Amino acid sequence: MKKLTTPLKVEDLKDLKAGDNVTITGYIYTARDAAHKRLVELLEEGKELPIDLEGAIIYYVGPTPAREGEPIGSAGPTTSYRMDSYTPQLLDQGLLGMIGKGKRSQEVKDKIVEKGAVYFAAIGGAAALIKKAIKSAEIVAYEDLGAEAIRKIYVEDFPVTVVNDAHGNDLYQSGRKEYLQWLKEN
Amino acid sequence: MRQIDAGLITESVKKMVMEANYFLPEDVYSTIKEAQDKEEWQLASDILDKILQNADIAKNDQVPMCQDTGMAVVFVEMGQEVSIVNGYIEDAINQGIREGYEEGYLRKSVVGDPLNRVNTKDNTPGIIHYSIVPGDKLKITVAPKGFGSENMSRLKMLKPAEGLEGVKDFVLETVELAGPNPCPPIVVGVGIGGTMEKAAFLAKKSLMRSFDSYNENPFYADLEKELLEKINELGIGPQGFGGKTTALRVFIEYYPTHIAGLPVAVNIQCHAARHKEVVL
Repeated sequence: MKKLTTPLKVEDLKDLKAGDNVTITGYIYTARDAAHKRLVELLEEGKELPIDLEGAIIYYVGPTPAREGEPIGSAGPTTSYRMDSYTPQLLDQGLLGMIGKGKRSQEVKDKIVEKGAVYFAAIGGAAALIKKAIKSAEIVAYEDLGAEAIRKIYVEDFPVTVVNDAHGNDLYQSGRKEYLQWLKEN
Repeated sequence: MRQIDAGLITESVKKMVMEANYFLPEDVYSTIKEAQDKEEWQLASDILDKILQNADIAKNDQVPMCQDTGMAVVFVEMGQEVSIVNGYIEDAINQGIREGYEEGYLRKSVVGDPLNRVNTKDNTPGIIHYSIVPGDKLKITVAPKGFGSENMSRLKMLKPAEGLEGVKDFVLETVELAGPNPCPPIVVGVGIGGTMEKAAFLAKKSLMRSFDSYNENPFYADLEKELLEKINELGIGPQGFGGKTTALRVFIEYYPTHIAGLPVAVNIQCHAARHKEVVL
């Protein structure tokens, strides 16, 4: 199991291959549909972003409310394709990692290769399990968005799988192909 | 007329939205376990194991199994000899949703207007379907529906000439297009016939069925089995990383339709196939 810590550097990611299981430790940001829209609107207006994306990881999640004494509620990944139209602009700002679930557009995949970035999947629907890897959470922007606000969270050994690596591989294509090939041979 | 207090409806709905989000139904859990036992692809088996662990944690800690605690879909079957007193049934149901999502620490995922998109902050309104049935009972089924899977659902008005093959192709195409997005393993609800909205309703309604049930009509029961087998030959697998277990069940419901039409709707449900029911 490979271990990554944030902030990420391009050198950390160049040996990652689609299908690798990785754990992440450090601060990462949460953002989903509405927050992405606002971030990209700021960029289009030439304004500064409320978060520093240099070497950052964004986790696509809208958690459930935290119970008293807990940092966060259940927090599994949301489907990533809804962020595709905003993602290239954020990668241009230094973003190096994304965690979500589901397919990305060709444009996003190309940009991942160009920037040496990576797209990870966390297990969709394993929100109670993932919650245990999140040690602290603080809203850093767009509090009015509730579950969709941008949070800075500290994760310890957050388990993810590499889907799109910096070399253009895609686990959603290769994993299925390998399985079907194995099935044919067995 | 038998009288049922609106307050009792609120209490029941409140309890059900919380329990549905914390406790994966037993039949769903055991079906995932069986699939894991049969899954020979290691990565796929590992993921199914994590999904079961997640269900255990949700149950023991009483936390939502998924952060998408859904839009509350409610089916009401009201006996025609029942009269609701001390309130309007729809307000009572929405009040139950409001209280359950607040007290249960569930996510409020509803916007009041699809284009202007301001969160209603209490997860109301629910999507409520009523039917009037014989008798003096009131049956309420609550199914929190997540949108990762809802977004992968499709409907098509086929030509009658496309027939059985057309229906099979459309179901398989829908699962193929969805790929990893709806959090496989999935449950596939299919509504065939009626009108456009009837097909969509049947597809949703079919997802309320028990995992050990098949359609009562042997022709459609066979079609459920055949489609499940074909879907699980696609190789998409748990989370789309490859494997046998792409779907856990296919449920079909059908209805008479027009001489010119063959509507078919496919409602995709993720592995968190949540629903609770009560008979009052």
